[in-house]
Amino acid sequence: MAAFAGIRFNSFKYMNYLTVLLSLAGGALIGLAAALLLYFNNRVAGISGIAAGVIKPWQSDSAWRLAFLIGLILSASVWFLFGGIMPIQLDSTVEVLALSGLLVGYGTQLGNGCTSGHGICGLARLSTRSMVATACFMITAGLTVYGVHHVL
Amino acid sequence: MGCIMSFKKSPAFLILTAFLSGLIFGLGLIVAQMTNPAKVIGFLDVAGQWDPSLAFVMIGALVTLSAVQFLIKNSCQHHASVTQSAKPTHSKVDAKLIIGSSVFGIGWGLSGLCPGPALVSLTSGLTGTFVFVGAMITGFVVFKVLHQPK
Repeated sequence: MAAFAGIRFNSFKYMNYLTVLLSLAGGALIGLAAALLLYFNNRVAGISGIAAGVIKPWQSDSAWRLAFLIGLILSASVWFLFGGIMPIQLDSTVEVLALSGLLVGYGTQLGNGCTSGHGICGLARLSTRSMVATACFMITAGLTVYGVHHVL
Repeated sequence: MGCIMSFKKSPAFLILTAFLSGLIFGLGLIVAQMTNPAKVIGFLDVAGQWDPSLAFVMIGALVTLSAVQFLIKNSCQHHASVTQSAKPTHSKVDAKLIIGSSVFGIGWGLSGLCPGPALVSLTSGLTGTFVFVGAMITGFVVFKVLHQPK
């Protein structure tokens, strides 16, 4: 099939209309959730920031953070309650997961955001910082996957 | 049209909206299958069997959030005051932003897990998700110890 700039798009066989529809619908729910938090709570729905904020016990605004995180963690249970399935294929070893988690935890704090805070909320606000951050993590994540799956 | 945001929000109401936001956010991740690390790696693996799903998730989220922002901007004259405190404190692109985001990307690429999906997938009970979340929290603490002396 079509080749463009060295990237083969023959993998589109994985995409069908249902996948596109579910991706858009899931994205719409994420956008709705971010809008809810932005306009009612005056907060940016950045998961890494919300989660790290709970670790400071001296902080006075932990209540809404905990409420958000409880909702987030309970979402899978609600999904199961209505008969939904949640496929998870996690191929990494425990060592890789530990390293991965450390880098995600440290990196999101140094860079002030993750996929949600920069990649969704920041881009929607047309924030220059978020555009730079999103470009950075997309590129390094892509290179890492290339290195792990095609070089090593 | 008057500003739909101009009503008094009690602390209990704000806890409820934060809870609902987290719940809807998580359901969105599940519906879009972003809780599946293999699918996320499929998106990041442009040289392999590329799965563009995550791009559609971002389009869906950005269009929805932008639409709501547009509606509220139009109905609320005091929009600036509504979202004042949500404005991030930093405004310049600096080395911290670039290094931090790049480090995050390496971690994300290694496992296919980022903070939101990792927390949602804890319910699966998989040991790996707990290892990741534990390490992520350790990463938060390491940052605080190194960069935020009390």
